[in-house]
Amino acid sequence: MFIPHTDSERQEMLKCIGKDSLESLFSDIPEKYRFPKLDLPPALSEMEALQELTELASANNSCDELICFLGAGSYNHYIPAAVDMLLRRGDFFTAYTPYQPEISQGTLQAVFEFQSLIANLTGMEVSNASHYDGATACAEACLSAYHHFRGKRNKFIISPSLHPHYCDTIRTYLGALDGIQIMDKSESIQQVNPQFLAEQIDENTALVIVQYPDFLGRVVDFTSFGKTVHEAGSLFAVAVNPIALGLLKPPSEFDADFVVGEGQPLGIPMSFGGPYLGFFATKSELIRKISGRIVGETVDGKGNRGYVLTLTAREQHIRREKATSNICTNQGLMALAATIYMSLLGKSGLRKVAELCYQKAHYASEQIAKISGFKIRKEWIFFNEFVVECPENPKTINDFLLHEGVLGGLDLGDYYPEMKNCILFAVTEKNTKEDIDILTELLEEAVANG
Amino acid sequence: MKTPENLKYGKTDEWVRLDGNIAIIGISDYAQDQLSDIVYVEFNKDVGEVVKKGDILSTIESVKAAGDVVSPVSGKVKEVNEILSTKPELLNDDPYEQGWICKVEISNSVEYEALMTAKEYESYCSERH
Repeated sequence: MFIPHTDSERQEMLKCIGKDSLESLFSDIPEKYRFPKLDLPPALSEMEALQELTELASANNSCDELICFLGAGSYNHYIPAAVDMLLRRGDFFTAYTPYQPEISQGTLQAVFEFQSLIANLTGMEVSNASHYDGATACAEACLSAYHHFRGKRNKFIISPSLHPHYCDTIRTYLGALDGIQIMDKSESIQQVNPQFLAEQIDENTALVIVQYPDFLGRVVDFTSFGKTVHEAGSLFAVAVNPIALGLLKPPSEFDADFVVGEGQPLGIPMSFGGPYLGFFATKSELIRKISGRIVGETVDGKGNRGYVLTLTAREQHIRREKATSNICTNQGLMALAATIYMSLLGKSGLRKVAELCYQKAHYASEQIAKISGFKIRKEWIFFNEFVVECPENPKTINDFLLHEGVLGGLDLGDYYPEMKNCILFAVTEKNTKEDIDILTELLEEAVANG
Repeated sequence: MKTPENLKYGKTDEWVRLDGNIAIIGISDYAQDQLSDIVYVEFNKDVGEVVKKGDILSTIESVKAAGDVVSPVSGKVKEVNEILSTKPELLNDDPYEQGWICKVEISNSVEYEALMTAKEYESYCSERH
């Protein structure tokens, strides 16, 4: 183990605080807890440790071996080799955003590029340097709205088809504030028309948040809904799948005040749910209410281009005890992955990926709809995820699929009791026609066997 | 440091100019100098709201720190200086005229009378050095 302090340095420090030994420094801790005996197996060599970890890891099924049709917030997209290659450069890989950030011009420039790309993709004026994940970005949109109205509006309307994990995180964040009213009627999940959300809006409503495409994969045009929200003086947030924006019109056209989302589809592996990336874009007029930080481009005293932390409006190093956000870090490395991914694909590449997802998902849904007993909601417009009503228990079907090397979709009954027997399938550009045909055959078989 | 004679001052560095029953409120030259470059002004009270002496009227943020503007009097907010939202530097350049923050219709002139005179405020500031 590497310990940077020498014995003489330790003696010096102890002397300075008036302690004669390390033991006396820890004397406040009851003796029996100070140096407990740990029941640990004998130490392993590097080779043995690697072997053990490899064995453990091989017990997992990964999407490199399975055919994957699972999505629901985390997607199996192709990641160009250059993403990982650049990401692992030591200059980026080990660099935490330093407390004198301007000393790391490379890190700041990468964040600046990320912000520019996200602003472009969402159609918004401003993007911050990122958040932990899509769920926290949603919660930060709620907090921004809360601060925008200075706590005077305290009702938050959450679309029932917002990702259930995002709803949980919003509840956790808002739960710390007084008098907050959260509206989320899960029984309305199957409704497509956002009119039922409009009926809940009143003069006390701070924010309405919807997902696009929503948790069930559906695409709804929120243009007129955005107007309805603003007529009540409320703010409007849209959580998006960034890949879908390669094809769909950006939420800026709904006059959204916040566009947030999960950045994992942009070149970040699914890897057990993290680390992921939250992105957060907004209008210039709301910039003082957002959390996190914004990197800006400027010139130094000699006129050279340089990057600076332009705005950390709610953080504590300026506002001290008046700070309203204490998440000072951002997902720098993951933001860099997304930046490299978006730069490699470009506008047309991203559109191509989105088109492939769309076309393949629609092929899959058509094929599945042909199997007797399986039903697709034909009136639902979707991007790359769709709901299938099954004639069998989804668990039985998914178990059968997994046995045959196919990772099935999400059992929606686990989240919405009224949707038992429904599976949410996701299709990406990585799924070939053969993959989809295998899925269809296996579904047919699963039911015939059942 | 300028401390105009015709104004009254609060201990948290606000000035008040009484115009009839309207108290015009701002921050002193001393305060703006301490804060250095002011980059943002946030109003915590809307026009029409009732404020009590001691309520936070506004939060001012500079490149160094953030500070509250506390109401030196009680009353009803009649007007806020919206120009400061886009030109916060007016607080540095002209704290006693263009940099006014808020106008409050006072309900109790005793509070105003109890504030410091320019002379008292000057000696109050010099003691803080």
